[in-house]
Amino acid sequence: MDFLIFKAPMLMVQASLDGILLGILFALIAYGMALQWGVMNIINIAQGDLVILGGYIAYTMYLAGIHPAWGVIVSPIIMFFVGWALYKLVINKVVDRDLFISILATFGIAIVFQQLMNFIFGADVVVAQSGYGTTMLFDNSVTLPNSKIFSAVISVLYAIALVIYMKKSRLGRAIRATAQNARAAKILGVDTEKVYAATFGINAALCGIAGALISITLTLHPYVGLPYTVRSFMIVIVAGLGNLPAVAVSGMGLGLFEEFADYILGTEFRIGAVFMLLVFILVYRRFKLSKKREYLK
Amino acid sequence: MNKVKQKDLILYSGLIILGLAAPFLFSAFKVQLTYLCVLIVLAMTWNLQGGEMGYNSFGNILFYGLGMYLTASVQVGMFFPLAEWTESGGEKTFVHTTAQYFQGIGVGLLVAAIVPTIVAGAIGYAILGLRGHYFAICTLGLGIAAGEIAGGIEIIGAGQGFTTPPFPAEIVDPEARGQFFYFLSFLVLVLAFIFVKYIYGSRFRLILNAIRDNEDKAEAMGIQTMKYKIVGWMCSAFFCGLAGGIMGGLIGYIDSTDVAFDGREMGVFMVLMAILGGKGTLWGPIIGATLFHFFKEGLWTFILGWQYVALGVLIVVIVVYFPEGLMGWLREKYPERFGEVIDDKDRKAQVELK
Repeated sequence: MDFLIFKAPMLMVQASLDGILLGILFALIAYGMALQWGVMNIINIAQGDLVILGGYIAYTMYLAGIHPAWGVIVSPIIMFFVGWALYKLVINKVVDRDLFISILATFGIAIVFQQLMNFIFGADVVVAQSGYGTTMLFDNSVTLPNSKIFSAVISVLYAIALVIYMKKSRLGRAIRATAQNARAAKILGVDTEKVYAATFGINAALCGIAGALISITLTLHPYVGLPYTVRSFMIVIVAGLGNLPAVAVSGMGLGLFEEFADYILGTEFRIGAVFMLLVFILVYRRFKLSKKREYLK
Repeated sequence: MNKVKQKDLILYSGLIILGLAAPFLFSAFKVQLTYLCVLIVLAMTWNLQGGEMGYNSFGNILFYGLGMYLTASVQVGMFFPLAEWTESGGEKTFVHTTAQYFQGIGVGLLVAAIVPTIVAGAIGYAILGLRGHYFAICTLGLGIAAGEIAGGIEIIGAGQGFTTPPFPAEIVDPEARGQFFYFLSFLVLVLAFIFVKYIYGSRFRLILNAIRDNEDKAEAMGIQTMKYKIVGWMCSAFFCGLAGGIMGGLIGYIDSTDVAFDGREMGVFMVLMAILGGKGTLWGPIIGATLFHFFKEGLWTFILGWQYVALGVLIVVIVVYFPEGLMGWLREKYPERFGEVIDDKDRKAQVELK
């Protein structure tokens, strides 16, 4: 084992810190996916592209001379309406259909989004400079960009706010009721159509926050949406629907995995490793489930 | 019965004659016709497992890309060192003679058909145990992972791509290259059609349909579903590999994510074409692929730059408003033509319901 990471233990600290901070961000996206999956029973392949779009909103603000950190407030507001419009245009027609239909339809949306972003913002890799500087730890051997810490803090704050909102508010209760049993909720006077639209809007808003954070911590490119979708999908299947602590933990786990894969396999295999991990998790899950399989319930 | 067979015979011989004459009739469109043949093969074999078996895979592009890389690697590796070929300019140092080129592509296509089939069989047990959308996402991941990994392997050109051997320069006829690839793809198309047609008349198809309709019940009836699922997937993989090998030779350049494991184009196209024509029918994917190809080629040039937007919108429209496809729509309209008998009572009841 002559990998650099095992020779220099400080790199391990670096990778772990990076991974955990990144993982919190992934968990935020995954929470949105879990929300819409649990409530509407659709899998949104365009999730990652909503994230990137949110990032580009923050980037546009940066170009206009506003500090991109304000994107974490502006971007979710715009994205909420994007999500709402998307629901009214397409998603409401696939909600109670086969899951495969929703996968394909959102795949189509993802392609449209990618291409439109490519037209509007260009095919260059961009990043919004936050100017937050870096923190040096352990005699300058571990560097930690302050923007990453900022993004983790903001993610946690928004997640807590959302949990409280879902518990306390009227809409939150309606969403939870619809997730439990849409028909019963309908009978009891919940306007499920509105709940669905709001859920999709909230999901898009979460993506917007995550995107704005990504625009200052990582990089933006029109075609990198799909890995974010896959990451959030992975986190959700590992953590289960509606289990926020587990989402946070598995998000951090994924972040750690990615940072270590980056050091061990090399950066060119990073995305490949993420997708292979997805396949591995699904196959592992399949063998675990098949052990306690029951026939013809 | 005899009359029907005669009609079929006329239809098939007509189509084969048309297929054989096409490169001479429309000699400017040979490349497009080759594309069409490959697209039909892909749609037809995707339909075998997506439409008939109900396992909607986004990852058949894996076998397509694998076949493409294998054909090119074998074709080069049989005569020259592969690593030096894929370094920049390698294709200029080494030149295939005519005999070497055809030997190479023959063996290459053979390998490209067999290896993906074996791969499908090997990973089938693990992957096909997943149900529904988990299967779809898993295969999507597989296809993209393959592209990302192929883009990092030095010996097959990594990120800078792999130039497949150019058509031998000793053959001076400028038409020869196009005709060679067209007839190759047409041959594969005919083989695929005969194979799929044979399956449509066999017990195997009924088993696949049983798996699609209710896998647990099929298993309870004593069908070893896993075995048949794997065989179904292997059939798809076989033809995907062949199609990929031909396309690699035709395009002349392999890029890991834009040509070989091109999930954004080919990988979606095959699903879309099968759905457009109608999943689970023999002719549906063929009609769907033809329509799609004409539509694509006709429209792409007018909306240059916007083609992906159009593609995305097309996917959404087809999937949301037209999920049964053309054949499904026809079937609903003219059930008698498809051999479905509807009682007058039933029809009346339906009218009353409406």
